[in-house]
Amino acid sequence: MANLHTTFAGITSPNPFWLASAPPTDKAYNVNRAFEAGWGGVVWKTLGEAGPPIVNVSGPRYGALLTPDRRMLGFNNIELITDRDLQLNLDEIAQVKRDWPDRAMVVSLMVPCEEQSWKAILPRVADTGADGIELNFGCPHGMSERGMGAAVGQVPEYIEMVTAWCKQYSKLPVIVKLTPNITDIRHPARAAKKGGADAVSLINTISSIMGVDPKTLTMSPSTGGHGSHGGYCGPAVKPIALNMVAQIGQDPLTAGLPISGIGGVGNWRDALDYIALGAGTVQVCTAAMVYGFKIVQEMNDGLSNYMDEMGFASIDDFRGRALPTVTEWRHLNLNHISKAVINQDSCIQCGRCHIACEDTSHQAITAIKDGKRFFEVKEDECVGCNLCVVVCPVPECITLRDLRPGEVDQRTGRTVSANHGDWTAHPNNPGRVAA
Amino acid sequence: MPIPSAPDIRAGRLSAADYARNFADASPPLTQAQALLEAERCLYCYDAPCAIACPTSIDVPSFIKRIADGNLRGSARTILEANPLGGMCARVCPTENLCEAVCVRNTQEGKPVQIGRLQRHAVDALMASPRPQLFSRAAPTGKTVAVVGAGPAGLACAHTLARLGHAVVLYDAQPKAGGLNEYGLASYKTPDNFAQQEIQWLLDIGGITLHQGWRLETTAQLDALRQDHDALFLGMGLQQTHRLGVPGEHLGGVQDAVDFIANLRQTPNLATLPVGRRVVVIGGGMTAVDAAVQSKLLGAQEVHMVYRRGPEGMSASGAEQEWAQTHGVTIHHWLAPEEIVGADGHTREVRFARQALVDGKLQATGETTTLPADMVLKAIGQRLGNPVLAQAGLLLQDGRIATDGRGQTSLDGVWAGGDCRAGGLDLTVEAVEHGKQSAHAIHQHLSA
Repeated sequence: MANLHTTFAGITSPNPFWLASAPPTDKAYNVNRAFEAGWGGVVWKTLGEAGPPIVNVSGPRYGALLTPDRRMLGFNNIELITDRDLQLNLDEIAQVKRDWPDRAMVVSLMVPCEEQSWKAILPRVADTGADGIELNFGCPHGMSERGMGAAVGQVPEYIEMVTAWCKQYSKLPVIVKLTPNITDIRHPARAAKKGGADAVSLINTISSIMGVDPKTLTMSPSTGGHGSHGGYCGPAVKPIALNMVAQIGQDPLTAGLPISGIGGVGNWRDALDYIALGAGTVQVCTAAMVYGFKIVQEMNDGLSNYMDEMGFASIDDFRGRALPTVTEWRHLNLNHISKAVINQDSCIQCGRCHIACEDTSHQAITAIKDGKRFFEVKEDECVGCNLCVVVCPVPECITLRDLRPGEVDQRTGRTVSANHGDWTAHPNNPGRVAA
Repeated sequence: MPIPSAPDIRAGRLSAADYARNFADASPPLTQAQALLEAERCLYCYDAPCAIACPTSIDVPSFIKRIADGNLRGSARTILEANPLGGMCARVCPTENLCEAVCVRNTQEGKPVQIGRLQRHAVDALMASPRPQLFSRAAPTGKTVAVVGAGPAGLACAHTLARLGHAVVLYDAQPKAGGLNEYGLASYKTPDNFAQQEIQWLLDIGGITLHQGWRLETTAQLDALRQDHDALFLGMGLQQTHRLGVPGEHLGGVQDAVDFIANLRQTPNLATLPVGRRVVVIGGGMTAVDAAVQSKLLGAQEVHMVYRRGPEGMSASGAEQEWAQTHGVTIHHWLAPEEIVGADGHTREVRFARQALVDGKLQATGETTTLPADMVLKAIGQRLGNPVLAQAGLLLQDGRIATDGRGQTSLDGVWAGGDCRAGGLDLTVEAVEHGKQSAHAIHQHLSA
């Protein structure tokens, strides 16, 4: 059985599945249950500074984008940081860490952007025996109105400054949690690194409004007739997060910085995506909030079986392996030719490929052949765009075939070249470089 | 020969709860959640085979997508634009032979989208809504059209003409409108008085005058209709049943299945309706199935459905045959009735001659078999049988009214549709299409 053990920024855990800082990690009761279920670590729900705790709404804190059979595609929340007393949280963290010494215990923090505030809280966290801290620079709702969370995360200079304070006043590994509500994720990541961060975690939630109630024409969900934008997460955000993870992994200024991947991890396949793009751990919230903590067992088992099948002994055997395959468009091989192929044995004749191609793409799929309903790719029109593959309801019914060098592309009449030829040297590119 | 026991026909064989349960909805309505999930199975096919298979050409993918989108009113409009009796057809169409037979999900999952049940879901939702009327009439044309027969064909014709602005007088012989929808279907297919609810919705469009208790008995009546109106549509269905032509057909306890079914539909308290302990139903169509199954549900102990040819020759669909069998009806093939044997003027048993196909022709093998029968229900088909039609000069074909593709008869200004029109499938949905097509043809004729 594959070894899922992970060391991330000096923090060890028996598997790479951590619960993200969120309602599931709000208190000892939940976290104990999570560890009993098998989670490798938790990031304790964000602590604020000492004094009267924040207050949450007693109304809908969550909204969701659901499929018709009510599977959750996207999830939105307006819950703030912990609304419990600081000392109570710290006491519980200390006790849970004592009870579960092999699990990762990371404490999420969000205090005002003043040196004194950070200086005050950091030693108290260190006293709990926690393994690390995560700086919540991402929360897009509520706290950002008070100059914290995403309000800090959107200003790279603040990120660097606060990170540096944390490194100065604490020996614990510092993970900076990044907000995706910015234009270029590389800038906050660079700032974190410059400030001395041991790792980054991303993404935090995306600013979002779920929709409008068609009867009342008020935004939904609403608290007594008004709503406030929330933070969006769940399966729908994973592609956005993966891109950002890859960008940080490829940026020469941040390459090698440990990344904890967050966003839409619901099964081992999702975790694989993050890890193969360079993440050391993944953090989960939505899946746990939908299915409960037991879901980690399916994640662990799936990843472990995959690794056994692939012959990977440890996470590091495949971590980051897909990262070099991510490149810029201009480096894609324009001499490579793919054509769609429809497997007539598994085609159910729904015609979705035809109408999608006919109406919105390249008119490259027939509807009728010899007077009969028949869907077939016209190779002389097909550009290999993959639209038919993704709209086909039957898995593997439509696939792309790569033309071999020497074959003739029926669309262009040109022979497929074995040589790489991309935009940088393409004759149509006014700024081309000599090939 | 064994001595037959005394005939046992009586009412009240079951408890009130059993009657209620037995005659409840055969295919219960989908819940909102079920409908959404089922709608999601629809792939919104290009040039959808289901829509092509529908005799009324309902845009099935469109109405199902509208269910999935939470637009039930729009869904019902898609259905009722193509088929104003979409509510009844959703209940009685042999969908397993039509739209659902060609659903691509059969290929993928061995199970079609439940198009009929979804159609019912949308139409039921409209009917239960505060403003169920979707359509309004065009400006009055000043033309009037007579429609004979308030069954599926006549109703569809009348409704379509009324929408187009014509005034319609709808003539019908029965105390209630609806034709076979009201008198000819098994109760469990359309419980809770749906037939009348649908008729009310159809008439609510306005411009349709219902003239009941009117029966076509003379050519003078037909001439008058042609004279008093700008056009005439005949949709009177089939009035007469075929006779078995065997000894004993006159005996007590022997009756036409259509009468048995009509009577059952019009009986408010089924506990008062007598049924034999042992029932033999002769025939292989939907009427035979409806009669056989309902006999069983009324408490008959043994019900035999007997058909002279093999299973593939039965006009009842495979699903209908299965429905009969799972309700305790025994289906016999290759048996033709030879004699209904009675005592004291009442049927006791039926003797059948076993049949075989010899050179493609049905022939008696010489073997006979006997089934005890306290009650015999004959369901071997119906015919037009009204001599007035031919006398009035209407050209007939195979005993029914000959028409062109849009229902135009040999008489100027006279159209016909439904079961009385030659060359049809004897399906409710086809009758609706006839009525609709003829209405458009009449409109074109009147607008010329």
